[in-house]
Amino acid sequence: MPAIPRGTGAVSGTVLSLLAAGAIGAAAGTGGFTFVYARGASYLGHDAAACANCHIMQEQYAGWLKGSHRSAAVCNDCHTPAGFLGKYAVKGLNGFRHSFAFTTGWFHEPIQITAFNRGITERRCRECHADIVDQVAGPHGRGETVSCIRCHASAGHLQ
Amino acid sequence: MTGDPTPPATEPAGPARIASPRILAVVAVAAAGVTLAVAALLVNIFERKQEARSTFVRVVALDDTTQDPARWGEDFPQEYDGYRRTVDMVRTRFGGSEALPRVPTAADPRDTVSPSRLDADPRLRTMWAGYAFARDFREERGHAYMLEDQLYTERQAVAQQPGSCLQCHASVYVPYLRAGGGDLVRGFRLLNAMHYQDARRLVQYPVSCIDCHEPSTMQLRVTRPGFILGIRAFKASQGIRDYDVNRDATRQEMRSFVCGQCHVEYYFQGPEKQLVYPWFNGLRVEQILAYYDSVGQNDWVHALTGAGVLKAQHPEFEMWNQGIHARSGVACADCHMPYLRVGAMKVSDHHVRSPLLNVNRSCQTCHRFSEEELLARAEAIQERVFRLRNQAMDALVGLIGDIESARHSGRGDADLATPRSLQRRAQFYLDFVEAENSTGFHAPQEAQRILAEAVNYARQGQIALRDRSFRPSVAR
Repeated sequence: MPAIPRGTGAVSGTVLSLLAAGAIGAAAGTGGFTFVYARGASYLGHDAAACANCHIMQEQYAGWLKGSHRSAAVCNDCHTPAGFLGKYAVKGLNGFRHSFAFTTGWFHEPIQITAFNRGITERRCRECHADIVDQVAGPHGRGETVSCIRCHASAGHLQ
Repeated sequence: MTGDPTPPATEPAGPARIASPRILAVVAVAAAGVTLAVAALLVNIFERKQEARSTFVRVVALDDTTQDPARWGEDFPQEYDGYRRTVDMVRTRFGGSEALPRVPTAADPRDTVSPSRLDADPRLRTMWAGYAFARDFREERGHAYMLEDQLYTERQAVAQQPGSCLQCHASVYVPYLRAGGGDLVRGFRLLNAMHYQDARRLVQYPVSCIDCHEPSTMQLRVTRPGFILGIRAFKASQGIRDYDVNRDATRQEMRSFVCGQCHVEYYFQGPEKQLVYPWFNGLRVEQILAYYDSVGQNDWVHALTGAGVLKAQHPEFEMWNQGIHARSGVACADCHMPYLRVGAMKVSDHHVRSPLLNVNRSCQTCHRFSEEELLARAEAIQERVFRLRNQAMDALVGLIGDIESARHSGRGDADLATPRSLQRRAQFYLDFVEAENSTGFHAPQEAQRILAEAVNYARQGQIALRDRSFRPSVAR
C-alpha cells in the first residue's frame, strides 16, 4: 500500500508502543502495590502469623497458639515438605488455590484439608516422630495404614 | 520492555523494526486486563481488611426500650438477615414443617400452616383426651411464627388460655418492665394472671433481639423470670445458694441458657396461672415428676380414664442437659446458631433451625466426617428413638383402653387408683420424649431409657388391672 506514507506507520507504531509500555507499567505498578499491601512477602517466610493474614485461617492459628506444637513447629513444618524445592512448590500451589478460593468464596465451610495436603502433614508427623512411629506404623488389616492425625487431631491445633 | 525505538544506524529505520501494531494492541489490552484483575483483587483485600478492623457500624442508638428488631437490624444487618429467615418452613426426617396452604377465615387469617401432628398420629388424641392439645397440635414452626401460631391455634377456642403463655410466645421484656413499673418479675406475675387476650394487647413482636441481648454491649442475658427463678431453684437443689444467672453464668453457659429460657418443661401454678419451671429436685424426668407429685399438680383429668395426668412441654433444655453434647460443653448455639463467615467477619447464624439442615457448619466444625455420614448418624439415633416411642405409644393406648373398659364395667376409684397412677407416670415419661423437639438426639440414651420405663409403667398398669394383688415397681 504505497499510498500510506512510511512516516505515519512509524508514528502510530510509536504511539502503540508507548501505550503498551504504559499499560504494562500500570499492571506492574498496581501488582507491586497489591503485593506489598497484601503483605505478599510474608508468605515466603516462616512466620505462622502470615497464614492468618487473610482471616480465613484465624481459628486454625488461634488453635495452634493454644496447642502443644506451638513451641515445636510452625505451620510450614507440618504443612509443607522438608526440602527447599518441595516447600516452595507447595507454597506456590496452595498460595494460588487459597487466593482463588478466598477471593471468590468458592470453598467448603468449615474449611477442609485436601487429600494431597493431608498426605504432606502425615509424612511430616512421621519424619519428626520417626523413633516412635517406626515401632507402631505398619499395615493394619488389608494394607490399611494408621493415620497419626485421626487420633491426634488436637496436636497441631487445639480443638 | 516494548519495541526498541533506536535501531542500529546501518539498518533503515521503519515499521519493520517496531513490533507490529496488532501485537502492540494485544499487549496493551492484555496489560489493561491484568491491571483490572489486580485492582479488583486489591479492592477485595482492602474490603476484607476493613471488615476485620470494624465488625459493626453503629447507625442507630439502641437502648433498653428498643423492641423493634428492624432497628437493631440497622446496626447488625447480618444477624437481622438470619433472624428474618426463621420464616422458612423446611422438613427434616422427623421434625421441621412443610408449608401447607389453607383458606384464611375471619377467625384465622393464616394462609399457611404446618401439618397436624394429631392427624399424623391419632394415638395422640387418645393420650390427651379431655385436654386442649387433643383439639389442635401441629408441627412447630420457626421463631417468626411464635406469636401468630399461638394466637390462632384452635386450643384458644376450647380453653381460656392465660397470659403466662406469652412469656415465650412474644417479646415480653419491655412489656414486663412497663407493667411492673421497672420490676421485671412483678410485670411477669401481672401478665401471667391476665387472660391471654388481654395480655396479648400489651405485646407487639415475636421474640426479638432485646430478649437475649443487652443493648449497649450485646452481651447475652436472660430476661425470662420463669428461667431466672427456675435455674435458681435448680442450683439450690445442688447446694448452690443465691444463684443469679445474669451474674454467675459463664459466656458459654449463656449460649445455652438464653435458649433454655423457653425450650423447657413448665406448668401453671394455682388459679393465677403463675408460670413455674419444675426444677426444684433436678432436671431429670423422674425428678420433675416427683416435684409434680409432691405439689399434687394435675394438668387435667383424663377424659377416658379419670386419671389426673400431666402434659410435658418441649423439655429440650432438660433433655440436652442429660446428653453427651452438654457434657462436652457444646452449647445450643454451637449447633443451632453456628458461626458463619461473612467476608472477614464471623457472625453467629441467627437463622435458628435444625442442625440437620446445616450439617457442615453445625457438625463438621468438630466432627471430621462427610455430611452424608453425619446425617446418617443423627437419623439412625432418631429412627431408633422413634421406633421405641411408637411402642410406648401403643402400650399407653392399651392401658388407657383397659382402664376405660374397667371403668365402664363399674370398677370404682379405689380399684383404679394404681392403674391410673401408672398411666400418669407412663404418659408423662412418653410425652417427655414425644414433646421434646429432637426425637431423642439431644440425649439418645436418656430418651431410650425414659421410653423403656414408659412401656414398663404402661404394661404394669395393665397387669394391675388384672391382678389386684400386683405391686408395681416404680424406679425413683
